[in-house]
Amino acid sequence: MGSMQLVQSVCGMCTARCPISVEVKDGSVGMIYGNPHSPLKGALCARGVAGKALERESECPQSPLIRVGERGEGKWKKVSWEEAFDYVAQKIAAVQQQHGREAVLWSDRDGPFTDLYRAFMRGIGSPNVCTHSTSCDLNTHHASKAVMGLGRGMAVNDFANCKHIVLQTRNIFEAINLGEARTVMQALRKGCKLTVIDIRHNVSASKANDFLLVRPGTDYAFNLGIINTLITRKLYNKDYVDAHTTGFAELAEFVAPYTAEWAAEQCQVDAQAIVRLAQSLAAAAPHVIWHPGWMTSRYGDSFQVARTALVITALLGGVGVKGGIVPGRTPKECGKAGLKKFTDLFPAPKGFRADSLGVDNKAFDPGKGLLHKAFEAISNPPQGAAPVKAYMCWRHDPLQGYPDPDALRKRFGGLDLLVSVTFSWSDTAWYSDVVLPLSTYLSRESIIATKNGLKPQFFVRNRVIPPRYDTKADWEIIGGLAKRLGLDPLVFESAEDVWRFQLEGTGLTSADFTEKGFVSLTSEPLYVDLASYSFPTASGKVELTSEGYGKGCGENMLPPYTPPVAPPEGAYRITFGRVAVHTQGHTINNPLLLEQVPENTVWINSKKAKAAGINPGDRVRVRDAAGNAMGEAGVKITSAIHPEAIFVVHGFGHDLPCESRAINQGISDSKCLRGGLGMQDMGGGGLAMQEHFVTLEKVAGSGAA
Amino acid sequence: MSKYIVMHNSADCIGCKACEVQCRSLHNGGPGAFFCRVLSVEQTEPKPALGFVYTSCFHCENPWCVKACPTGAMRRRDDGIVYVETSACVGCKACITACPWAAPQWNAQTGKVDKCDLCRDRIDQGLKPACVTTCAMSCLQFSTPDAASQERRQEFAGQMLRNRPAAR
Repeated sequence: MGSMQLVQSVCGMCTARCPISVEVKDGSVGMIYGNPHSPLKGALCARGVAGKALERESECPQSPLIRVGERGEGKWKKVSWEEAFDYVAQKIAAVQQQHGREAVLWSDRDGPFTDLYRAFMRGIGSPNVCTHSTSCDLNTHHASKAVMGLGRGMAVNDFANCKHIVLQTRNIFEAINLGEARTVMQALRKGCKLTVIDIRHNVSASKANDFLLVRPGTDYAFNLGIINTLITRKLYNKDYVDAHTTGFAELAEFVAPYTAEWAAEQCQVDAQAIVRLAQSLAAAAPHVIWHPGWMTSRYGDSFQVARTALVITALLGGVGVKGGIVPGRTPKECGKAGLKKFTDLFPAPKGFRADSLGVDNKAFDPGKGLLHKAFEAISNPPQGAAPVKAYMCWRHDPLQGYPDPDALRKRFGGLDLLVSVTFSWSDTAWYSDVVLPLSTYLSRESIIATKNGLKPQFFVRNRVIPPRYDTKADWEIIGGLAKRLGLDPLVFESAEDVWRFQLEGTGLTSADFTEKGFVSLTSEPLYVDLASYSFPTASGKVELTSEGYGKGCGENMLPPYTPPVAPPEGAYRITFGRVAVHTQGHTINNPLLLEQVPENTVWINSKKAKAAGINPGDRVRVRDAAGNAMGEAGVKITSAIHPEAIFVVHGFGHDLPCESRAINQGISDSKCLRGGLGMQDMGGGGLAMQEHFVTLEKVAGSGAA
Repeated sequence: MSKYIVMHNSADCIGCKACEVQCRSLHNGGPGAFFCRVLSVEQTEPKPALGFVYTSCFHCENPWCVKACPTGAMRRRDDGIVYVETSACVGCKACITACPWAAPQWNAQTGKVDKCDLCRDRIDQGLKPACVTTCAMSCLQFSTPDAASQERRQEFAGQMLRNRPAAR
C-alpha cells in the first residue's frame, strides 16, 4: 500500500458545498468525509460519500463533443479542446455580430464560485445572466429583499440560538444542507421547539414537537391566520415593531378578516392548533425563526408565503436578533479586505435584458434574472431587446429542472448555439450543439470563494486527483474561450495564478488554505447591533408591507387570499421534493445512491388509494393533464399525505440511453407540468410548479393478485 | 474480551443513509450486501411517527457464527472483533443462519460471506469505524460498553433535571 495523502476540498454533490477531507491512496480516492476542522467534524451526507462512485463513472462526457446529427439524436463528433473552443468562440462572435452583444444568454445554478463566469459575460458585453432561481429559491430571495432588504444569501437563520423553529415547505432533514441540519438538530437537543407545516409527514415532521398537515396550496392562509392571531391577541412584540418596522397599521387592517378560525377552515386544521402555535411562538420570542423556505417555486402565492413567514418572525421581534433571522456579515465587517473580483475587470453591460428586468420591474434581482422569460426571448424578445441566439448552460439542466421540457425544447429550436458545460450527462447536455466536459469536483480546482454570514470565511476547492478523462476546470474553460474572444485578463496559466489574482490585497496566499481548506475571518460570530443597524430596505427598517419592494415591482404586497383550485374528479395535485440520498436528476445514475432509492415511489393517501383500487405492491403510471404517461413507479399508501396530492421525489424518469442505470427509473415530474413555463408568481418571480394535476393508472399485472 | 460497542441515538437519526453508503463505498460486499443498515419504522395511527434503527453486527462475546463456521473462516480477535477470513470461506452460509440477526452478508459475486469488522484496519490506526466517523448527525458513537452506559445515564440525568417542574 502506498502512502495516504489527505486533501481538504469542497463537496460538489449538491449545492450546499460542504467542506470535505478526501483520502488519496495510490492516486485514487479513498474515504471521503466531512472536514474535521469545520463544524462537520467528520460528518458527511450519503451524497457526499458517493462522490467516490462519481469518480469511477464512465457514463459521462469524456471529451469535448460537437453534435453531428439532429439536436437530441445523440450523434457526436469527439473533438479536441482547441477545436471546441474555436467552434464556440466563432459561433458566439457570429451571433453577436448579427444580433447584437445581448444575444448571448448564460445560466447556472448560482453559488459561491460564479465571479469568473459573471466576468466572462461582462467581457463579451451581454447582460443576460440568469440563475436557475425561478425554478428554485427566487420567491424566498425576493421575499427576503421585500421585508429585510437582504437577499436570501445574506439572511442568516441563527438556528443555534433559536428556541422555536417553524418549517413550512422546508424539509430540512431530507433536503439537506448538512451544516444547517446539524445545527438544527443540536438546537433541538438543547430544547428548541420544532413545528412542521406540510402536506405530508416527512422526516423533518418526525422530529417535530408539532406537525400540522395542511391542504396543499393554503400556506398563505395559514400565515395570515397566525398574523391575525398575533395581532388580535397582542402576542406580538410591540416595542420591536414600533422601533424597527414600518407598515404595522396597514398590515393589521389587512389581516383583520383572516382569523384563526377562517385559516383553520382553509387549511383543514384545528383552529386551536393555530392559536396554540402563535402562543408558543410568543413564549419563545424573540428567539424564533419561521423559515421562509428554500425551494419555493411551488404555488401561485408562494412569494407571499415566504414574505409572511418573515413578517411573522419580525412581529415576534426575531429579525436582526440573535436566535432569529439576522443579517449576514462580510469580510469588511471583520475588518478584512475582500477578494479581488474578476467582475471588476469589465464594466457592467448596459443593453436591454432578455427577461426585461430593470425596465418596468426595478425590484427583482438582475443577479438572479428570470430564466423562463429569457427563454421566451429566443423567439419573442421584448421591445428593444435582442433575440437570444446563443445559450451557454453552465452546470445546469433546465430540461430536467424547468417545467414542460417538450415546450422548452421547442423554444431552444430558435437558438443558433446551445452549449452545455457539464460533468455528467443531462437532458440539456444531450440536446446541446456542443458539450464542454467539466472535470468532476474532485478533479478540478475552484476559484476562491467568500462565505458571508455570522462567521465570514474564504474557502477553496482544491483538486484532489487529476481528471481521468479529457475534461477541464472552470477557469480553464473560461480561459480557453476568453483567449479567443479577446478577454485576456481572464486567461490564467494555472489555478495558482487565479488564486494569486484573487488574494491580492488580502495578505493571504494559497498556502494559507492548505491545512484546513478555508481561512476564517473572525473567531466569534458577528451580530448586528439593532440600535444602530439600518436594514437595506427603502425605509431602513423591516418593512411589514414591503412598500419599497412593492413599488419597485409594481405588485400589491397585500394581496387578498385566493384558495387553491381543487383537483378535477379522479385527479391529484402533483407535488415533489427531496430525499436525503439524491440531488435532483444528477445523482440518479450514481450506483451507490441509485441502490438506495432506485425510483420515486408515488405517495398517495390511503383513502384515495382504496377508492381507486390501488393496493400496496401495485405499480402506477402517472399521466399528465393531456393523458400522456410520464413513467411508472411503486406506491406508498399512507394517511400521512393530504388526499388532494400525490408526492414524488424530483429528478427521476430519465430517458437518455447514455445513462444505463437511471434510464426508465421512476417518474418525471417536470414533464407533467404542461404549460408551466408561463406560470409565474408575479410578486416573487418564481414559477408555480405545484399547480398541476395528474391522474394515476394502475399498471396491469403489478402487485398482489 | 469484546471491547467495543457502536451506540445509535435514534432520536437524532434522520435516516440519511450516510453510514450505509460510506460502508458500501469502502467495503463492496457485493450487490445488496449491507454490512450495516438503517431501517425505518413507521406508524400512522393514532398520529404519524417515523423512526430509524441502526443495525450491524454486535460482535458477540460468544458468537453463534464463529461456532457454526465449519472452516474456521469466521474468526474473532482478542479485542472481540468478529471478522471473516475470506480465503477460508467456502460459502456454506451456516453463519448467516446461525446468527440471530442474520448479520453476515452474502456476496453473490464471490460466493463468499463477508461482514462488518468494525473497520479493523481503521481501529488499528486509532480511528473510528467509517460509519461512525461519517454519521451526518453524529448519532452513531464508537465506544466501550462501560463508557456508553455512563454517557447514556448522564444524558438521562440531564433530561430528568430539565423536565422537573421548578422547585417550590
